[in-house]
Amino acid sequence: MRKTRSLALTALGASLALALAACGGTAGGGPQQPAATGGGQQPAAAAAKHNDGYTKVVNPSDKAGGTLKFALSDEPDSMDPGNTYYAFNWNFTRLYARALLTYEPAPGDAGLKLVPDLAEGLGEASADGKTWTYKLKKGIKYEDGTEVKAIDVKNAIARSNFTEELTDGPKYFAEYLDAGEYKGPYKDKDLANFTGVETPDDYTIVFKLKAPFSEFDFLVANPQSAPVPQAKDTGLDYEKTVLSTGPYKIESHEVGKQFNLVKNDQWDASTDPTRKQLPDRIEVQFKQDANDIDNRLLAGQLQVDLGGTGVQPAARGKIVADEKLKDSTDNPYTPFNRYMMISTQVKPFDNIECRKAIQYAVDKVATQAPWGGPLGGDIGSTLMTPTTVGYQAYNLFETPENKGDQAKAKEHLTACGQPSGFETNIAVRGDRTKEVQVAEAVQAALAKVGIKATIKKYPSGDWSAQYAGKPEFVHANNLGLMIAGWGADWPSGFGFLSQIVDGRFIKASGNYNMMELNDKAVNDLLDKGIQTTDPAERNKIWAEVDKKVMESAAFVPFVYEKTLIYRPANLTNVYVHPAYGMYDYTWLGLSQ
Amino acid sequence: MLGFLVRRGVAAVLMLAIVSFVTFSIFFLIPRAMGQTPEGMATRYVGRDATPAAIQAAVKRLHLDDPILVQYGRFAAGIVVGVDYSLGPRKAECPAPCFGFSFNNNQPVWPTLMDRLPATISLAAGAAVIWLFAGVSIGVISALRRGSAVDRSAMTIALAGVSLPIYFTGLVALAVFAYALGIFPGGGSYYPITQDPRQWFQALVLPWISLAFLYAALYARLTRAGMLETMGEDYIRTARAKGLPERTVVTKHALRATLTPILTIFGLDLGLLLGGAVLTESTFSIPGIGKLVIDAIRGNDLPVVLGVTLFAALFIVLANLIVDVLYAVVDPRVRVT
Repeated sequence: MRKTRSLALTALGASLALALAACGGTAGGGPQQPAATGGGQQPAAAAAKHNDGYTKVVNPSDKAGGTLKFALSDEPDSMDPGNTYYAFNWNFTRLYARALLTYEPAPGDAGLKLVPDLAEGLGEASADGKTWTYKLKKGIKYEDGTEVKAIDVKNAIARSNFTEELTDGPKYFAEYLDAGEYKGPYKDKDLANFTGVETPDDYTIVFKLKAPFSEFDFLVANPQSAPVPQAKDTGLDYEKTVLSTGPYKIESHEVGKQFNLVKNDQWDASTDPTRKQLPDRIEVQFKQDANDIDNRLLAGQLQVDLGGTGVQPAARGKIVADEKLKDSTDNPYTPFNRYMMISTQVKPFDNIECRKAIQYAVDKVATQAPWGGPLGGDIGSTLMTPTTVGYQAYNLFETPENKGDQAKAKEHLTACGQPSGFETNIAVRGDRTKEVQVAEAVQAALAKVGIKATIKKYPSGDWSAQYAGKPEFVHANNLGLMIAGWGADWPSGFGFLSQIVDGRFIKASGNYNMMELNDKAVNDLLDKGIQTTDPAERNKIWAEVDKKVMESAAFVPFVYEKTLIYRPANLTNVYVHPAYGMYDYTWLGLSQ
Repeated sequence: MLGFLVRRGVAAVLMLAIVSFVTFSIFFLIPRAMGQTPEGMATRYVGRDATPAAIQAAVKRLHLDDPILVQYGRFAAGIVVGVDYSLGPRKAECPAPCFGFSFNNNQPVWPTLMDRLPATISLAAGAAVIWLFAGVSIGVISALRRGSAVDRSAMTIALAGVSLPIYFTGLVALAVFAYALGIFPGGGSYYPITQDPRQWFQALVLPWISLAFLYAALYARLTRAGMLETMGEDYIRTARAKGLPERTVVTKHALRATLTPILTIFGLDLGLLLGGAVLTESTFSIPGIGKLVIDAIRGNDLPVVLGVTLFAALFIVLANLIVDVLYAVVDPRVRVT
């Protein structure tokens, strides 16, 4: 999965509390009051420490004005909230697009709580769990002064999930809604024919599902539920003229170059306790040199790297060597687990003992190094990352200092009937330097126990469609080991696990369950979990799924990825939002 | 003169047609020959969760399943008559000259090129003025004071200029003058001259100097060599013998002859730069043609790459044409026929 393409509504969960304890901080919660660091006219960064933005709001201030500058080394798939799958954009588009629900604006556990945005409250599920009803707040206006109506939300869901043109966002609504053969609003302009969503009146939205889905509230917290009036919908061009419901509205959008926002005078703060409206303008530059973005951040010429994926290696080196600079950074987990999947269908890995040999042979310290050592991530031992709700820490394949255990590996090789090793291939995305370095580290570790692994590089663009995600290709080319990564689309075990471990999701192409693990017990647990309405019970089930997959020894976790984000001194109200794994872009302001 | 222009014009059109076909083949024919299916190509331009139906729709929308010649014909026809493109509830018009629509961001290529061109012209023209003036001046002085400390220093600096890549000099210039001293704005600070002339100038000073440093060094060495050769010619001795002032000998007689090869290479260099100063624009995050094409290459955005290639070829052809005409102006021995 491409890192930037997957939205990761990360949960910090119990592990965050551990991380906070380790940092000696206290968990944040709720919109913070000035117990936080800095404040007033003081340059907050002078007092703030490394990772302060992870646990509390740094430099809280109500000072308005100024131009907040963002930059991005790439360009987003789209600035249309209905057509984007970038994590940062699910965060950023909230500045001008309000969904039915959103997350509590707070660091720590509190930020994982879903709260109403356009809706009056969370969804009301029917007894059978197949119908979800939301009531819109009354009097909410678009930037042009017209009122938001339920039918606009219905159109937003229809256009983002049922058209051939808007292909960039996820298609969860198309997957779960009971919409029959609906052709989408561009081919069938009569929204009455879209039976997956009903609007009995102007303020009620009813979602009809094919099967019970206890985590449906998470889906409507995605920006695809932000309303779009059918008359204003210009399809792929809508990203230039999104009709705002948030605190800012689009002033101009030069696609792939520049995106400017100004204050939306129709936004009413009393209906929206989750956002602020402090800077006068917000400017975003796309396609900027990545290293130059870091230099501009460090020089104070820029406030935020929109991507939220942290500074480049050059700036990282500079920051690590300077305590003062380091105090102006935060090092949060990303939603990503970096791992290797072992194909259960490629010989000799159809034998679990051979898979276990790999588990013990790998040197995880060596596979952590390409990600930047401990600042780049913690060594992993599970599928779910520490920031996923439902995560439980355990290690089924412990080795001394995580550096591998050759004796145990050889024992399992003998049990597998391959005492002197064998030959296999490691598939890797050849244009991803870090992953290639991980493959080389695996290759070196396996060589020590007699396994000769050849690295096969494939282009990342077709990785899932043509190569590692195509079982036929994997079998034909003897790709026993595949280096990959995954992040959840919403902060729950189901959001993380379903696509990569459900045997029923093994696809002929575009397959992410590269282990080709089709374990009925795992599939049944996933079904049971998604029908369980009690969150605590549900989280236990996700932990159970995690363990069952690890017991298959087909998943080799390497790193729970972390980023190093720079926090300029003139930025106010800065904290890492746990649902996005980066700063909350709707809270930022400028001290000068 | 008219006949010359018509002949060169026809040749230029033919050249562009060949360039367009070869480029088109590289991007569309070779992948097909290597076994890439239309669906395989389309998967790059749809989201991660695209269904087979969505991929098929993308194939149809981008016409990837048509025979290559049909695809090329449609592309070539678009340049002449324009095309329409579905954006969903409505169609977007791309009037001639339509270089197609970007696969990645669904924008017509020609307006994008026109949008990026001013930045590239600003960069190339400013740098060209500096390097031509500085390079030729230094070259002349070095030649006239051959072997002196000035000559040796100038040529040492010139050697450094030729040897150092722009992504080194550019980064050093940014680090020192933008981020450490704060004299000039950093990367990404380009503004169109029509919006803010002052910001435009300030933002371009470092890119101009960085780019000109590279070229000026080259031109200084070329000018020096040309001048040394020319100054040894008989007609220079004759001019001096006639009692002409040294200034007139140098500027009117020697320099004019030296400039002919300089002009040739200047035309090509300027033409190349107008097709996109990739490294400079990337280093300073200037939204020009060069930045556009490097981003398009990274994003597999074939219509944009194709559009820029043709655009760059057009500039090279035009620059050559202008240089040929200018020969006649600079060198009286040349007549355009």
